[in-house]
Amino acid sequence: MQDTLAHLKRGERGIITDVSSIHIPLKLLEMGCLPGNSVELLQLAPFQDPMYLNINGTHLAIRKETAIHILIDKIAHE
Amino acid sequence: MSKQINVALIGNPNTGKTSVFNALTGLNQKVGNYPGITVEKKEGICKLPRGVKAHIIDLPGTYSLNASSLDENVVIELLLNKNDKDFPDIAVVVSDVENLKRNLLLFTQIKDLEIPAILVINMSDRMKYKGISLDIDYLEDHLQTKIALISTRKNEGINDLKQLISNYKDISVTPCLNASEIDAEYFDRLRTAFPNQLLYKLWLVITQDVNFGKTDRNEIDAIASFKTKSESELKRLQQKETIKRYQFINNVLKTGQTIDTTQAKDLRSKLDRILTHKVWGYLIFFVILLTIFQAIYDWSSVPMDFIDSVFASLSEWTKTQLPKGALTNLLAEGIIPGLGGIVIFIPQIAFLFLFIAVLEESGYMSRVVFLMDRIMRRFGLSGKSVVPLISGTACAIPAIMATRNIESWKERLITILVTPFTTCSARLPVYLIIIALVIPEGRFLGLGYQALTLMLLYLIGFGTAVISAYILNKILKIKSKSFFVVEMPNYKLPLIKNVALTVVEKTKAFVFGAGKIILAISIVLWFLASYGPGENFNNAETIVTKEYASQNLNEEELQQKIASHKLEHSFIGLTGRAIEPVISPLGYDWKIGIAIVSSFAAREVFVGTLATIYSVGSDEEETIKNRMAGEVNPILGGPLFNFASGISLMLFYAFAMQCMSTLAIVKKETNSWKWPTLQLVIMSAFAYIVALIAFQLLK
Repeated sequence: MQDTLAHLKRGERGIITDVSSIHIPLKLLEMGCLPGNSVELLQLAPFQDPMYLNINGTHLAIRKETAIHILIDKIAHE
Repeated sequence: MSKQINVALIGNPNTGKTSVFNALTGLNQKVGNYPGITVEKKEGICKLPRGVKAHIIDLPGTYSLNASSLDENVVIELLLNKNDKDFPDIAVVVSDVENLKRNLLLFTQIKDLEIPAILVINMSDRMKYKGISLDIDYLEDHLQTKIALISTRKNEGINDLKQLISNYKDISVTPCLNASEIDAEYFDRLRTAFPNQLLYKLWLVITQDVNFGKTDRNEIDAIASFKTKSESELKRLQQKETIKRYQFINNVLKTGQTIDTTQAKDLRSKLDRILTHKVWGYLIFFVILLTIFQAIYDWSSVPMDFIDSVFASLSEWTKTQLPKGALTNLLAEGIIPGLGGIVIFIPQIAFLFLFIAVLEESGYMSRVVFLMDRIMRRFGLSGKSVVPLISGTACAIPAIMATRNIESWKERLITILVTPFTTCSARLPVYLIIIALVIPEGRFLGLGYQALTLMLLYLIGFGTAVISAYILNKILKIKSKSFFVVEMPNYKLPLIKNVALTVVEKTKAFVFGAGKIILAISIVLWFLASYGPGENFNNAETIVTKEYASQNLNEEELQQKIASHKLEHSFIGLTGRAIEPVISPLGYDWKIGIAIVSSFAAREVFVGTLATIYSVGSDEEETIKNRMAGEVNPILGGPLFNFASGISLMLFYAFAMQCMSTLAIVKKETNSWKWPTLQLVIMSAFAYIVALIAFQLLK
C-alpha cells in the first residue's frame, strides 16, 4: 500500500507523488503541496493532530483528515 | 493639480506587506471599509521623487488570485476592473526572501493580467542569516520586472522602491510565462470567442465563483455561458496551471537563487520545540494570558486615576466659569461625565490592543492555532477560532471579521455565534469599576484579588463561549466541507512602528466609535433626568421643604433631598421606576436599570450613564467611583454596590448581548437576521437568569 502524508513520523521526510484534487483545496496546492515537492513532518500537535509540515520550504499545518489524501514516497532516514 | 499615481500593494500574508505600507506612507494613512462590505481598506499617500504623489492601497493578503474569502475577493475585483477609481497604475508585489518560491506564484498571476508590477523582496536582512544569495539581474530579466530588495526592519531600500514606483512607465507588462499551454485548444476557443478581452482575465472570471459587483455584468454573463467544462475539469485545469507556474518559478530560482543551508541558523525549530510542546506549549500560553491580565491591571491604574480626577475637575471648572444656565448644566452634568466614562478606559484598551498586536506580529498566534485545533474541534470549533476568541477580548467586531479565514462554514458560524461571550474591552469599564467597589484589595500568591477576579471573568467568558459552541455543534445540522490550512510564519521581533500604529488606530476607532454613541446617549439622558412631568417634579422644593419641615435639616441636606426627589420624578426616574420590578430581584435600583437599558446600545455606556445620572443636580464634583460607593439600596438598605449585587451585575454583563454594532456585523457576515436575533434573545435571557440566581444566593 502506498504511504500517505498521514503515515509520516516526526522528523521523517518524503516526496509527494500524487494529490487527489477532489479532496485537496486549491489553496494547499498553491502553497506548494504538489507532486514532486518534498515534505517533512516537523511537529505533531497533542493527540497527533494537526501536523506541522515543511512542504517545499513553506511551513504550514494541516489536519490528518486532509493528509490522508496526499500520497508520498518516504525518504529513508540518513 | 498633478496626477496621482495609483499603487496597489499586493502580497501573501506574513510577507511584511503592511510594514512596507507603513514605511511608504508613515502617518499619512487612513483606514476605512470597502463600500458595502466590512473588509478593511487601508490607503495612504506617499511622496515620490520629483514632486510626484502616489496613492497607495494596502490590499488584503492573499496567496493567489483564486479567491476563497471575502478579503481575497477585494483583490481580484480591483485588479479586474479597469474602471475602478483605485485601479492601479502599478502593482507592487511584496514577497519575503525566505518564501520567494511561494510568493512568486501570485506575482506570475499578476503579470498575466498585464498590469505593470514591481517585485519587492522584503526582509533582506535575513539573507545572510539564512545563507541565501540572489542574482537580481537574472531574476529581473526572467521575471520581466524591476526588483527592489528592501528591509523594512533596517529601513533599507525604501528610497529605491520609491524611485522604481515613480518610473512605473518603464516597467514591462509582458507576462513571464504562457499559462494557456495547459490546454491550448480550450484557450484558443476562448480567445476566438472574446477577441477583445485579456485571456487570463477571462480564465479568472470563469474559474472564480465570486460576485463581481463592480465589473460589467453583461460581459460576465456572456463569459459564464462559455463554461464548456465541468466543475471538476476546471479544477483539474487550475491544478495544472499551478503546477505549470511552479515549474517556471523553480526554473528561474534554480539560477537566480542559491541557498547555502550550512549557513542557515535555525531559531525557528528550537522555539517551535518549546512553544508547541504538548506540556510546555500550553503552560507558556497560560502564563502569557495571565501576564497580560495582570499587566492590564497594574500598568493602567495610574493613568486611569489621573484621567478620572481630570474629568471631575473639568466638570467643576465648567460649572464655575461658565454662566449659569441649561447649556452649562448640560455640559457639566451630561457631556463631560459621559465622555469621562469612556476616556478613562483608554489606557487599558490600548494595553490590550498592544498585547494582541504583539502576539500576532511575532508569529506566536499561529502556534496557538496549531496547539488548540484538536481541542477546539471537540467543541465544533477550529484551531483558527482561537484568534477570534482572543481578539474578541479587544472587540467582537474585528474578531467576527477575523473568522473569515476559517474554511468550514459550520465551524465559522459557531465561532461567530459564541465570540460575543468573550470579554470585550467594552465590558472592561463595567467590570473594573465594580471590582474596585466590591472586591477587597489584598493579594494572593503575589496576584491581587482584583486582578484574579478579572481573570476569572475572562475565563467565564471563554468557558461559556466554548460550552455554547459544544451545544451548538450538537444542535446545528449543517454539512460543510471542512479543511484546515494554516501557515506557520517565521518568528519575528515585532516592529515597534507597526505595533504602535495598530494600537493608535484601533484605540482611536474604539474611542470615537463609542464616543459618538455615548455623547448622544448622555445628552438624551441628561434631558430626561433634568425635566419631568407634573406637580411632583415642578414643585419639588415646596413638597420636600414641607415634608422635612419637622426635622431640622441644614440647607445642604435639604438641597440634596430636593435634588433626589426631582430625579426620582423626572422622565428618567419614572421610566426607571417602571422597570424596577424586573430588575430589583437582581439587586439593582432603577438607576442601574437605566444604565443597563442604555447599555443595549453599547456596554461601555454603563459607567457614563451612571455618571450622568448621578451628577444631575449634584453640586459636588466627585469621581464616579466615590458616587457609586455612596449609593444606598432602596429596599434592603446598606450600600447598593455590595458583593452580591456587584457579582450579579458583572455576570449580567458577562452574558448579555448588549452591542448593536456586533449584531449588525453578525447580520452582515451571516447574511441573515436569524443569527443576530437568536444571539440577542438567548444570551440576554441567560444573563438575566444567571444574575438572578447569583444575587439570590449571595445576598
